[in-house]
Amino acid sequence: MTRSIPWLARLASRFDLWWIPRAIVLGLLAFAIFGPLTNLLLWTVAERWYFPHAMPLDYGFSYWERVFSPRGTAMESLANSVVVASMTVMASMALAVPAGYALSRLELPFRALILLAFLVPQAFPNLPVYVNIARLFYQLGLNGTVTGVVLVHVTHGLVYAVWIATAAFSAIDTELEEAARSIGASALRTFRDVTLPLAAPGLLASAIFVFLESLDEFTGSYFVGAPDVNMLPLLLYTASAGGNYQIASITALLLLIPSVGFMLVVERFLRSDVLSKVGH
Amino acid sequence: MPKHLLGLLLVLPALAVILLLFVVPLATSLVGAFKVEDRFGFGNFAKSFELYTSDIVFTVVIVSLSTAIIGILSVAIGGYLVLGENPRAVAILRWLYRWPLFIPFIVVGQILRTFLAKNGLMNNVLIEVGLITPLQAVSFLDWRGIVIAFVWKQTPFVALLVSGAMASVDRSTIEAARNLGASRLRILVEIIVPQVATTLMVGLVLSFVTMMSVLSVPLMINAQSPTMITADIAFRINAYGDYGVANALGLISLVASACVGWFYLRQTLRERS
Repeated sequence: MTRSIPWLARLASRFDLWWIPRAIVLGLLAFAIFGPLTNLLLWTVAERWYFPHAMPLDYGFSYWERVFSPRGTAMESLANSVVVASMTVMASMALAVPAGYALSRLELPFRALILLAFLVPQAFPNLPVYVNIARLFYQLGLNGTVTGVVLVHVTHGLVYAVWIATAAFSAIDTELEEAARSIGASALRTFRDVTLPLAAPGLLASAIFVFLESLDEFTGSYFVGAPDVNMLPLLLYTASAGGNYQIASITALLLLIPSVGFMLVVERFLRSDVLSKVGH
Repeated sequence: MPKHLLGLLLVLPALAVILLLFVVPLATSLVGAFKVEDRFGFGNFAKSFELYTSDIVFTVVIVSLSTAIIGILSVAIGGYLVLGENPRAVAILRWLYRWPLFIPFIVVGQILRTFLAKNGLMNNVLIEVGLITPLQAVSFLDWRGIVIAFVWKQTPFVALLVSGAMASVDRSTIEAARNLGASRLRILVEIIVPQVATTLMVGLVLSFVTMMSVLSVPLMINAQSPTMITADIAFRINAYGDYGVANALGLISLVASACVGWFYLRQTLRERS
């Protein structure tokens, strides 16, 4: 078609006309993704902003000072969140590394069924479960304690920990382990010096997954932790429900940064050889 | 020690956590749904349907609609990533679409709560461009807001799974169809999508279940009636300590999820036979 109209052909040869629809679609997608994020950033530095003003009336960091002041609840929530997430990672990895090794290397009966069992907390609506855990924990005196929240987060995070750990071990060539064994290394030494270092990037990825999952978890913390163990998502919720959008947006930004950061680097940790083994 | 036994010993602690902290409370919830003052009966369900029928319908409709939109968008994204002819546009899309992937639901709720509000950035841009007047600006913080939040958050997850599966589809059938003059849309619908249907369904079923149990999004975006079952469960517990009705509502959402799961299983079994 274009060849019959010379000037259009010349224009098309210099500039691909398909870029017009492409730019429109990609631009709309970019607006749909970055528009809300920009709005959040604006709210974190807006001193005053109300209808019908399109942009904030004053900009400033006074809310940041309030959030990060030593007496503010945000620092306590941040500390709680980091402590809970770190403990969740340690507990999950302590459970998942042996389990993952067994699932990938030792011939287990009902292996597929066991793998599937770890998916159960993701495959059932978990709100009714949290409600009943909270009731159970209340009787055991675990409600409103850090231990209680960590236990809930571990249950939820185990699927990532176990599945990715299993995949990470499966992606390692067994010949390397056999070579170590044949020159006289014990099974434990082979695991420590050969298998574990090779699986480290995958295990690190699963640890980060569990950490983020714990940092972001709302429903379980809401029923088991609140109001004694204050965490960042709970602070975000109370601030937002109270109409304090600045505090809510700053808290949201604190949760957003690690999530987006991990999204940008996830492929470096989770190489395709590990990824292709997930769930197998 | 035999290998089996050692393996089971290594797996056992992790399995015990799942059993004690998920399966047991889940069973408690199922039993509790039928318990009315120490006797068994359907009283909780009668009360649930009496008070919350509109919310139950609302939840199923909203989650189904979101799932459908997520499916269409992820097929479109995955399809362009596989069939797109301009490497630069493909690279931009690949970089762009997965930003919301790990953003937590509660943050999505807060972000969209401000973005979709009456004086949110979306209405402001529409007014600046001249598409609407300031008087026509309406808040999207109702069922539309919930659907937008779900689609915004879950599409990257399903699209990531789907595009991965699409990338491993045999290229030669695609090339053959192209040589015969098939359009890209037809190749996508008739050749690629059937081959990645299982992955697409897994992603959509997992998304459906996830959305059924999200509490933060309905609380943040639309807590007025009609709202989602999850918000009602939280309300029954916090306001009345009414575990019976809360568990009954939980069982209802479980049944809705199970229906989707069963539909998926039946589909895969039929394909394999």
